[in-house]
Amino acid sequence: MSFTTDFTPWSAAAGGALIGLSASLMLLANGRIAGISGIFGGLLSPKAGDIAWRLAFVVGLGLAGAAMYLAAPDLIQMSDTRSMGATVIAGLAVGFGVRMGNGCTSGHGVCGLSRFSKRSLIATLTFMATGMATATGIQLLAGGAL
Amino acid sequence: MSTNANWKPVASALAAGLLFGVGLTISGMTRADKVINFLDLKDAWDPSLAFVMGGAIVVHLILFRLILRRESPLFGASFGIPTRTDIDMRLVGGSALFGIGWAIGGFCPGPGLVSAASLAPQALVFVASLTAGMLAFQIVERGLAPKAKLAEET
Repeated sequence: MSFTTDFTPWSAAAGGALIGLSASLMLLANGRIAGISGIFGGLLSPKAGDIAWRLAFVVGLGLAGAAMYLAAPDLIQMSDTRSMGATVIAGLAVGFGVRMGNGCTSGHGVCGLSRFSKRSLIATLTFMATGMATATGIQLLAGGAL
Repeated sequence: MSTNANWKPVASALAAGLLFGVGLTISGMTRADKVINFLDLKDAWDPSLAFVMGGAIVVHLILFRLILRRESPLFGASFGIPTRTDIDMRLVGGSALFGIGWAIGGFCPGPGLVSAASLAPQALVFVASLTAGMLAFQIVERGLAPKAKLAEET
């Protein structure tokens, strides 16, 4: 199954700029990297005095999602081509992978690349390569649906 | 220390989370099919999401350098910037697995957490299994830690 989505460079870059501002605010105010897998993962092995800010960041993500969904429901859309079973496997792989690799698209892709980290460059090239190979492979081998 | 002293970093983390979440939704990262069409190069390739990382990096690249001219953050003793430079199999293997999962589901962690607020079953299931995957790695890491220490000592 193949489908088209509109090319939206301006809204993508504008949203990206807000993400860059958020990462900068996190650094300026708290001295922290805005790496979502690290912030969220830290809540799963909680240490005293290191919980509230993590929880606040994740609550902020959720409140933003709820508000944006109420204002413009089209901005949050599930995939038409991925089953619930595929979603379970995806979540397990992403969760295990980001903790093993110490970061995801935010921590390595945005924060790490912005400070020219060699580790983050390798991480980003790796997950972009395996992500593209996997999605393209699903298209070629399974007709684009899982 | 009074609890009053601690509200500022918590409030700024809340603000940063809100800003990040709004940015993710505007950017298109919370539309799973758009993510899949970005990663799937075969047909109808949609390169939009490259502009998300581009926009974020342009802003943060500049502000990062200005912010680090300060001695310390506004509400903390010091900046916690990762300093490691070694490339190991853990970094590469974990990132490879993350990329595979990203393409299978169409979610990376941030957009998954933001999308879960819509209460869509697929997003809720993703966040639940994301959490399970993270916990599974913690268990594996703890299981491996004593052996690794032993190997270092011998």
